[in-house]
Amino acid sequence: MAIDIHHIRAQFPALHQEVNGHPLIYFDNAATSQKPKMVIDAIANYYNKENSNIHRGVHYLSQKATDKYELSREAIRRFINADSIEEIIITRGTTESINLVASCLSRWWFKEGDEIIISAIEHHSNIVPWQMACEQTGAVLKVIPVLDSGELDMNAYRELLTEKTKFVTVNHISNALGTVNPIDEIISLAHEKGALVLIDGAQATPHMKVDVQAINADFYCFSAHKMYGPTGVGILHGKKEILEQMPPYHGGGEMIKEVKFEGTTYNDLPFKFEAGTPNIVGGIGIEASIRFIEDIGIDNIAKQEAELLSYATQRLKEIGGIRFIGEAKDKAGVVSFIIEGVHPYDAGTILDKLGIAIRTGHHCAQPVMDRYCIPGTMRASFAVYNTKEEIDTFIEGVQRVKQLFG
Amino acid sequence: MTIQEIQEEIIEEFDMFDDWIQKYDYLIELSKDIPLIDDAQRVDENLIKGCQSKVWLHAEKEGDKVRFMADSDAIITKGIVALLVRVLDGQKSRDIIDNELHFIDAIGLKEHLSMTRSNGLVSMIKQMKIYALAFMAK
Repeated sequence: MAIDIHHIRAQFPALHQEVNGHPLIYFDNAATSQKPKMVIDAIANYYNKENSNIHRGVHYLSQKATDKYELSREAIRRFINADSIEEIIITRGTTESINLVASCLSRWWFKEGDEIIISAIEHHSNIVPWQMACEQTGAVLKVIPVLDSGELDMNAYRELLTEKTKFVTVNHISNALGTVNPIDEIISLAHEKGALVLIDGAQATPHMKVDVQAINADFYCFSAHKMYGPTGVGILHGKKEILEQMPPYHGGGEMIKEVKFEGTTYNDLPFKFEAGTPNIVGGIGIEASIRFIEDIGIDNIAKQEAELLSYATQRLKEIGGIRFIGEAKDKAGVVSFIIEGVHPYDAGTILDKLGIAIRTGHHCAQPVMDRYCIPGTMRASFAVYNTKEEIDTFIEGVQRVKQLFG
Repeated sequence: MTIQEIQEEIIEEFDMFDDWIQKYDYLIELSKDIPLIDDAQRVDENLIKGCQSKVWLHAEKEGDKVRFMADSDAIITKGIVALLVRVLDGQKSRDIIDNELHFIDAIGLKEHLSMTRSNGLVSMIKQMKIYALAFMAK
């Protein structure tokens, strides 16, 4: 099915504005996507008509808000094909999901001398929590190196895996390079050693079908705001048998069964990991964003974005003087590059003047920039509402940058 | 010239430009003129780290005046660095501390001092004033 791009764009109010006198071209989708009207309406409707605290009140509004929130949890479960809603923990975002796992495993799973394997192309969010876990427990961090192509060195990974390996984590898709990592192989090799695995899926869920049962990671996390949903809310999927054994994260309301001064018993899954009043409106907004994606079809979205990525890459190659950072065979969503001799900051500043929003800098992945000996990259990242015409205008902008600084 | 006079002069220069592209062309020109920092001072101790671009700043005391040398790895940042050096280099410590730098706003480059830019310029201005304060205390 061909997608109706005009119909899709019409649903995004933010796309229809001028920036610095030019129609906005929004190519910073790997940072966050714009929101369709159905998500904005769900948020407005909640505050207009449904606002109430959930899971506790017996009154009408509380019941209504609770139903909506739990409906959203069910939509998330269906979206990633999880086994049960007990495995769907709603968090503040991918970063909190990772911190939750790192913190809980530090009190339960890691011991001194254990080894935690991460990759060289992780977002800071999937580096720092593990460094903190190592500081706390005496575990040791090991890093899978990356090849020049932007692909992980799988031979090195196999060598890193030992009996000491207790945990492995990589991103599904790299935010800085767009590399789609071979997570099936990474997970099965880790499981052979008895290690637990977390996949950072923040860049994957907007762009490809994610089936957590088929993937078979122990934890899979992602954020709503990169997939057309609200900011400040995300998901941690965990296997039920592991979540049940894990100690709770934050203490507070919602996560308890019974509180006595002699001791507290914890609530059942998923509530055990959801202390305090959650981001209710955000949680409800996720359902609308999933509806938006499912209406178009994630496979149609993936196809559209793959075409955009390949067209942008080809047009950039034609210009010449472009160095691509990350040329993995399997890539999604992101083209990361530098114009030879031009600082990304200068390029980003000029493109902004032309109404083109791209990301410049290290993309919260400083070790990746160090690996390629560059101060940062220019990153254009696409969503379903982007067009080839926008890429043409972007290419004109890149050429203008080259003229100015060349 | 006083800090205020130099700021007014820069504002007048930028008034001649009709559009942003001329302004940025001029910044690119300015980036070529800046008295580059010596390699000996282009070191980590003088580095002001921004998320996006780097700025190196070195200061020396010359009587009751402060001499500044600076550089950046990004050209637009370097152009603005050149303007800051032009305004504050060779001025008295007291004046550097007391004077508001209003020209950046007046010439329409305020966006480069916003938080999201993270280009080291805000820290650079702060650091220039800290140098002036430190030299005055000596």
